[in-house]
Amino acid sequence: MLKFKGSTKMKTFKQGIHPHDFKEKTEHLPIKKSQPPQKVVIPLSQHLGAPCEPLVKAGDEVKLGQKIGDSKSKISAPVHASVSGKVMSVDNAIVIQSDAQNTPDPSMKPHGELNSLSAEKIRSIVREAGIVGMGGAAFPTAFKISPPADKPIDTVIINGCECEPYITADHRMMLEMPDEIVAGAQAIQKAVGARNLIIGIEANKPDAIEVMRQKRVEVVRVKPKYPQGGEKLLIKAVLDREVPSGGLPLDVGVVVSNVATAIAVNTAIRSGLPLIERVLTVTGNGVKQPQNLLVRIGTTFADVISQCEGLTEDAAKVIMGGPMMGVTQDTLDVPVVKATSSILVLTRSEAKEEKVYPCVKCGRCVDHCPMFLVPTRLASYAEHDVNDEFDDWGGMDCIECGSCSYVCPANIPLVHWIKYGKMKMRQSAK
Amino acid sequence: MSGTKLIISHAPHIKGFGSVPGMMYGVILALLPASLAGVIFFGLPALMVIATCVVTAVVTEWLMCLLMKKENTVMDGSAAITGLLLALTISPLMPLYMAAIGSVVAIAIGKVLFGGLGYNIFNPALVGRGFLVASFPTFMKTWKFLDATTTATPLTLWKFGGEGTPLIKLFIGNVGGCIGETSALALLIGGAFLIFAKIIDWRMPAAYVGTVAALGGILWLIDPAKYPGPLFQVLAGGLLIGAFFMATDLVTTPVTRLGTWIFGIGAGIIVIVIRAWGGLPEGVMFSILLMNALTPLINRYTRPKIFGKGKKK
Repeated sequence: MLKFKGSTKMKTFKQGIHPHDFKEKTEHLPIKKSQPPQKVVIPLSQHLGAPCEPLVKAGDEVKLGQKIGDSKSKISAPVHASVSGKVMSVDNAIVIQSDAQNTPDPSMKPHGELNSLSAEKIRSIVREAGIVGMGGAAFPTAFKISPPADKPIDTVIINGCECEPYITADHRMMLEMPDEIVAGAQAIQKAVGARNLIIGIEANKPDAIEVMRQKRVEVVRVKPKYPQGGEKLLIKAVLDREVPSGGLPLDVGVVVSNVATAIAVNTAIRSGLPLIERVLTVTGNGVKQPQNLLVRIGTTFADVISQCEGLTEDAAKVIMGGPMMGVTQDTLDVPVVKATSSILVLTRSEAKEEKVYPCVKCGRCVDHCPMFLVPTRLASYAEHDVNDEFDDWGGMDCIECGSCSYVCPANIPLVHWIKYGKMKMRQSAK
Repeated sequence: MSGTKLIISHAPHIKGFGSVPGMMYGVILALLPASLAGVIFFGLPALMVIATCVVTAVVTEWLMCLLMKKENTVMDGSAAITGLLLALTISPLMPLYMAAIGSVVAIAIGKVLFGGLGYNIFNPALVGRGFLVASFPTFMKTWKFLDATTTATPLTLWKFGGEGTPLIKLFIGNVGGCIGETSALALLIGGAFLIFAKIIDWRMPAAYVGTVAALGGILWLIDPAKYPGPLFQVLAGGLLIGAFFMATDLVTTPVTRLGTWIFGIGAGIIVIVIRAWGGLPEGVMFSILLMNALTPLINRYTRPKIFGKGKKK
């Protein structure tokens, strides 16, 4: 039974939190293909790094998969039309009215077997397909899989933790598309020249662990704990290596990719289709019919939610992403972007604002910070513009997971202040 | 939805269990067994002192909020704790007006003048108690039972008379002393609840009581005629109420785990030094106040090693 190493004992990192996972609404629902939208809104900046320049203008006819925005910057990713039709407007986002034909762009064609592709070729396919990290950070994948010569990579870790509560998209992909994940992971492995390929999955998804193990890849079962899916903490748990402060996973010989990203890489190689759709979880008590949906990039939240029977009467807060790190939206006209792993809708009672008390120095934030920071002190430095101390106490090492705010009995928005402090640091560095 | 505006807020959008008032009321609940024991052993005077201190503390905070035009913070429960803790650490014979003065000092000087909850450096109840010890020393030295016999505390009996007190009496609580210090059993019940409810960190009482027991034990081994045994050191006096309810005060003690150990061990050393060689029979109050003063420094020098940073700075 125990064929793979690390299968008995759960690996993990220190500190962190154990929020209720709220995944029961959607974890058993197969991924459903959503109806193609009539209109898509495709932002020119859906990734970390330089925004794209538009390659089309209002009135142009575009085809499905056609590149419509790109940048010459190294850290960037092009954007593509997710429907065929007519460009209505070009601003910070390109709006396309669909002709409902889904006429494919002729430039899209399969790139053949992985064996026949060089590392360089894989990187260029990934670059042209506009693939970014789909776990939430949206870091351009082509750049991630281009390690400098002096940083050899020995291990690719595929991130199947999905530690954010409510979200089940990665879980369903592991159950329903394991071959695509493995093929995409192997392509990434080849691109970076890594010897080892490991998939890290939280133990609360035993079915996904079982399915992935049947595909003969090494699976490391990690303890269900937030934020296990943070790449630094996943590397710590799986390999016991610590990414240095201010460094990247490649500094310890590792590249981490989300399962959805691996699928996108595989799709780009097998069919030539760029990143124009993704799986996301639409959930929360504010949604009438929670689902896991395969959605075209650029579909508006309103469109997506209407396919879930709409919002409930008491829906009050719409979040892009999970409940720990997601961002609230003030309108349903925003589009699904490459990094949208979830649309979470909370009800009025769930979104109730808690009274904020002064810090009572209980130290809970210190006890739970996975980066071993002192959040109460950092928040105070940020609030009072004490930048030197903020830096000295490691403010820039914060991964913004929100564990501190989650445990704070005084309801102080600790992570919010720390993000603010980081922003000020970056501004003053310019 | 019904056309209303969507709520905008910052992440995270879910919260863990626990709130400041919840923790405060938890502490009050945990102090009830000790309060009850005090009333059982010392009778109505004890109840009167408790009521006076709690009411005065709450009213003082309310009045000061009113005067300073600040939000009324009485409902967070922290003022009531200060009053209750002060009552439990003074004599049941204390005239009520003195108890009330102690309570006013605890809240006004010990807490509100520092900026209120979260900003005070010293444990407010101990500030009030320190004021009473300095102002009305005789009333902090006499103790009386229900049957009207007066007696000294077990620590005083030992220190100035060489007289022991049976450990079982200390444990149950039928001995002379402050209202809440008398029953070790009642304090342990409350302390266990606080640890179980994750309101206090077990490390603090472990470090504090452990240090007193260890050092007390060493002294006793060296000279059993001169020094009492380690169990006596632990059960007599204010150590247990201090260890579970005062050294664990969130605001005035370190936020780091290493800092918690340092605080507890440091306070334990001070207690033994005062009890063994000082001019007073008891040293719990001073040990905590002194360590309170060191807390900002402890916090600064016990910062955790940041993930990904090689050496501690």
